[in-house]
Amino acid sequence: MGEQVQDRQSFVPGDQAFQDDLRRRHRRAKRWQVFFFASLVVGLLALLALFANVADEAFGTIAIASKYSEAEVLAALSEARGVTVEGPLEALENDDLAQVLALYIPRRVPVIVRDELSRVKPEDFTRVPLREALAGATLPPDIADLTISQLSLEQQTAILSANLTHDVLYARVLNDVIGLDILKSWTLSRTLFDYAGIEAEFQALVAAQDPPNPQLKPHSWLNSTFVTGTQSSYPELAGIRTAILGTLWIMALTMLIAFPLGVGAAIYLEEYAHSGNWLERLIETNIRNLAGVPSIIYGLLGLAIFVRALAPISSGALFGFNEANGRTIFSAAMTMALLILPVIIIAAQEAIRAVPQSIRDASYGLGATQWQTIWYQVLPAALPGILTGTILSMSRAIGETAPLIVIGASAVIFVDPSGPFSKFTALPIQIWQWTARPQEEFRNLAAAAIIVLLALLLVLNSAAIILRQRVSNRLRG
Amino acid sequence: MQNQATLQKREIIATALNRQAARGERSALHQRTRLWERVIRYLLLMCGVVSIFTTIGIVVVLGSEALLFFTPPTWIDSFKTLQEPITATATELAISGAGTPLEAGEIIRMVNEEMRVVSVDAAAGTITVERAINGTVAAPLTAGVDILRADSVTLGEFLTSTQWMPQLGSFGVLPLLNATLMISAVAMLVAIPLGLSAAIYLSEYASPKARAVLKPVLELLAGVPTVVFGYFALTFVTPLLRSLFGIDVVEIYNTASAGIVVGIMIIPTVASISEDALRAVPQSLREASYGLGATRLETVTRVVVPAALSGIVASFILGVSRAIGETMIVSIAAGAGPKFTFNLFAGAETMTGHIVRISSGDISYNSIDYNSLFAIGLLLFVITLALNILSRAVTARFREVYQ
Repeated sequence: MGEQVQDRQSFVPGDQAFQDDLRRRHRRAKRWQVFFFASLVVGLLALLALFANVADEAFGTIAIASKYSEAEVLAALSEARGVTVEGPLEALENDDLAQVLALYIPRRVPVIVRDELSRVKPEDFTRVPLREALAGATLPPDIADLTISQLSLEQQTAILSANLTHDVLYARVLNDVIGLDILKSWTLSRTLFDYAGIEAEFQALVAAQDPPNPQLKPHSWLNSTFVTGTQSSYPELAGIRTAILGTLWIMALTMLIAFPLGVGAAIYLEEYAHSGNWLERLIETNIRNLAGVPSIIYGLLGLAIFVRALAPISSGALFGFNEANGRTIFSAAMTMALLILPVIIIAAQEAIRAVPQSIRDASYGLGATQWQTIWYQVLPAALPGILTGTILSMSRAIGETAPLIVIGASAVIFVDPSGPFSKFTALPIQIWQWTARPQEEFRNLAAAAIIVLLALLLVLNSAAIILRQRVSNRLRG
Repeated sequence: MQNQATLQKREIIATALNRQAARGERSALHQRTRLWERVIRYLLLMCGVVSIFTTIGIVVVLGSEALLFFTPPTWIDSFKTLQEPITATATELAISGAGTPLEAGEIIRMVNEEMRVVSVDAAAGTITVERAINGTVAAPLTAGVDILRADSVTLGEFLTSTQWMPQLGSFGVLPLLNATLMISAVAMLVAIPLGLSAAIYLSEYASPKARAVLKPVLELLAGVPTVVFGYFALTFVTPLLRSLFGIDVVEIYNTASAGIVVGIMIIPTVASISEDALRAVPQSLREASYGLGATRLETVTRVVVPAALSGIVASFILGVSRAIGETMIVSIAAGAGPKFTFNLFAGAETMTGHIVRISSGDISYNSIDYNSLFAIGLLLFVITLALNILSRAVTARFREVYQ
């Protein structure tokens, strides 16, 4: 365009002032173009900084101390067994891990049995026979009528080895024997560009605190223990399995509720509502307004209705579950469903609107009823669009935190959810809780959890893009 | 929506079919189909009605719980006792004790009798009261009786008081509202220039190819969960601000950091809607402007932007509405504890942040704390709803129609 204007210079009076003015105007145009572009770049840089920051915190270097080194423990175990036991600790069998516990902390073994397996009150545990105290656990029949204090250490150890999972035993060994303690953590950027500085800090730390077996090692906070482990107050053992399962449960239930409702409403509004009566206009306007309501308001709605008013249903008491209150997956899913319903409806409406009218006319021409037309013609044609919109609304719901906190999902939960009436935690809640803690290690954990959450979102969005691609291919072909 | 002609056509066909059916015998199959059609239609209508129930639910829940918040009275200890015994008719009472002084007009309660304070003589330690109000019965009282004061939150106090201290019975929403507005202002200061400029670049300057790449990348920002933005604010922007302005100046939790990140979060909202509005301006207007010798900048600022103004303004209003309702960023980065301050580098709790903090703790139902959440929620709902309606009204009212 600039050239066009310059071409016209010959048509206007060519005095000096005019030329100067023209040059000034063009310079100004250029400057602003740079500014416009820079604004866009700032937005993109913010996104980049966000990702870089998360990656920076999720990986790095840690300084750890432990009461015993792994080699020491393995040597002691080899000596007790009379054969050389090969490391690493994590690869050991259950009975080896239990043996380590018996070797190093013999007096804590019954306590571990109680903490992990007891079915009775703590004060009764040493008094009642094991048959009752450890109901449901695998026990040799000859010891079932004894109490825990009548057993030998070997027998107690055998109970641990037979009834605990490898993960729990390994976590116990790390925690109670090795006593792993993270002294300090450094970010990825410092690890890459200032490792000498980290080493100096580490030496100073060791000199000042004199921790046992200090060790400096690279660490990825995102690892298999993290993804598959449960919540723990020790950052090095904390995992997000419970949170991931909670999120998946909520999402599945939310979709089960919101998808049929949303698509149904969209069909009604697009296919049936054309007389423009007050109810239909009200529904339309109402949906647009609901889409703009802050999510925290839905949280308050869920708290008052699903958690409190419908407590007998949402706690599952009506169906024979005895959850103490209505702060369950069910309440969360209902709340989330209401939250994303407007989004699904609007997306589905657009998809249905995009189906050419000729398809409907042809179907009517063949004698189909209106519902037959919708079910056999309109919906199949609109389905990819509807699914795309639904997936995108799902990716919004996955990241929603505020409504879940308001309906009361902020408790620390150690147990995997087992159904719609379980208490739960969810990924974004976990991130929020860790971010709110002052210790640096929990920030690292939050970053690792953010990576998992973003990966989940990426999967969902890729699915949506692939779907959209297939639709446009089909329309073209 | 189908166009009118098609509808008419369909109606004509339907009438013809009906007539045909009326002439012949109606088969059982036909009737069943018609019934089924009608059942489905009403089922689908019910799906749509759910959204209306949601709105009704929101209004009723927020309204009724907030009403409980504003309904007097709850009796709280005034930390004062009656100093001398009184008869059933005495109106001048000697009182003793610490605590906030009583004020004229206040309702107090001793045993079962309610009284209205007419005047207070602080020097003499006496008060004059009107006995036996609100249908209670006057009775003689002995010395040492505890004086309870009515603690009710009036709408006036809620909207004008600058103190939010539930433990002292003062519930003024201004500190929370002020923090919300401050953060929204900072956010708009970030989002309006950046978002609008990005929209102008994408719509007016970028080649179709560049646009096809840049726009989805920018929209990625809109897909990032807000809790992640909160993390970003606390672990990246706050340290950045502290290193720029000094650790003593900038507190760990501050409204500036939260505001900037909320602004970044709404850039895509502003950019995307503004860009749609800009692109809807017909090419002929731009060409006419170039034809008059305008530069591209002059075309943008004097022709395209004014023509798309309604959409652009609507995007700003929608952005403000999102900033006001934003929760996780402010609850993570802006700090806890309501504080009435205009200092951007100090922490202050917003309305949404307060709701999150209180509801994440142990909260008992029907307490004044619980009810206060709904009063705040109602205010939040009213503000955002008004903004959303305004945004649509702006679009509808000032839309320029080009044919």
